Amino acid sequence: MAEYLLEAQHLRKAFEDKTVLQDVSLGVRRGEVVVIGPSGCGKSTLLRCLNGLESVDGGEILLEGQIISGQKKNLHLIRQRVGMVFQSYDLFPHMDVLGNLVLGPTRALKRPSKEVETEAMAALARVGLADSAHVLPRQLSGGQKQRVALVRAMLMHPEVLLLDEITAALDPEMVREVLDVVLELARSGMTMVIVTHEMRFAEAVADRVVFLENGLVVEESVPAQFFHQPHTQRAQQFLASFCYDSVRDGKNMQNTKEAN
Amino acid sequence: MLASALGVLFKGRNLARLLGGLWVTLRLSAVSILLSVALGLALGMVMTLRSPIIRALTRLWLETIRIVPQLVLLFIVYFGLARAFNLQLSGEAAAVVVFVFWGAGEMGDLVRGALTSIPAHQRESGAALGLTRWQINRYVLIPQTLRRLIPQAINLATRMIKTTSLVMIIGVVEVLKISQQIIDASRYDAPQAAVFIYGVVFLMYFMVCWPISLLPGRLEKRWKE
Repeated sequence: MAEYLLEAQHLRKAFEDKTVLQDVSLGVRRGEVVVIGPSGCGKSTLLRCLNGLESVDGGEILLEGQIISGQKKNLHLIRQRVGMVFQSYDLFPHMDVLGNLVLGPTRALKRPSKEVETEAMAALARVGLADSAHVLPRQLSGGQKQRVALVRAMLMHPEVLLLDEITAALDPEMVREVLDVVLELARSGMTMVIVTHEMRFAEAVADRVVFLENGLVVEESVPAQFFHQPHTQRAQQFLASFCYDSVRDGKNMQNTKEAN
Repeated sequence: MLASALGVLFKGRNLARLLGGLWVTLRLSAVSILLSVALGLALGMVMTLRSPIIRALTRLWLETIRIVPQLVLLFIVYFGLARAFNLQLSGEAAAVVVFVFWGAGEMGDLVRGALTSIPAHQRESGAALGLTRWQINRYVLIPQTLRRLIPQAINLATRMIKTTSLVMIIGVVEVLKISQQIIDASRYDAPQAAVFIYGVVFLMYFMVCWPISLLPGRLEKRWKE
């Protein structure tokens, strides 16, 4: 068996004259959670390449040791094994929640609809949306939509799940309910590649953090190391950008001055 | 007055003739609409291509049908072709040619609009679920396109039905022409019949177009559930 479930080797991708991925190599073991980020462009492109939504200009992508990049036919068979959830949820607006959930398993996998529906209802209940099976996506909040999108992807039983900034479009108070679902998936041993801006979440969920910049991997380490003792200056800079010097003391001094 | 006007409607075969005229109107409308929808669907798909030549040609087509009055188009096809190329179409054939030229163009633009209004993400979202291209079209894109298209297509259909009344000018004897003939024939016996007969024509158009124009609201309600 290959060491990595999903592997990118020297991936290169350019849009017209703009190189987005220069030389990206990345391996994801079964059951591992890899967080890509936090800064720089090319993260989403990398994910889109990994499940064939974008073609690659160089390098290879392997799924269980089999090269999957560069082929045009039967991409849908690969995508059945490599699930993906997007920032903008992208539920199908003309179907109710249950319809969204069962479409993939019944049509792509040709499973009997009774069986899939039972499974979908149970999965909805687990993410707290048991009552929403028959409502349309537009009646849901962003956080609810994204939980449905996660369930929809999981019902395909993919071997690996790619999450592309799935909380970036959400109100802050809805982020938690979505990330809790992802944490639950991680605990259950789901292999995931996650692009996120939520650094605390990344630290909590990641087995490994990969820092991309200018289309190159600049740092790759375990979260404890990445967040507390990053090797590279670039990662240090990035982490520093999340710290703020408190202004309250200065303000208080001014206030006391004025009071005097 | 009403009695004599009513009398005109039921005199001889007048009512049957009016209904016959309505049949001509409906037949002409149905043939034109069906052909327009079929051609328009194909045209709309072609119009989503990025080729500049196709864009220029379809643009020219659309602008022509929007700028030139349908009556002028009818004259060009019915009289113009006869003079210029000795190609004498029957009135009804000329009418079908003009209405399909108009209807297919407008329908094509509606189809193009509906197709391009579906976000690219919908296709990707279906692809990410492992659906094949055909399955994405069948279950994700076409249902959404139809929902946007049908209300506008129905609106176009009722406009086409109404506009068929122009074809009497190139000699097609449809419901409006027959009503004129009836009124002319009874000009001396019942001069007030005009309002009444035209009222009947009004009702006929109303009974044909009204149910059709109700459809979009019905469908919208059903799709909302």
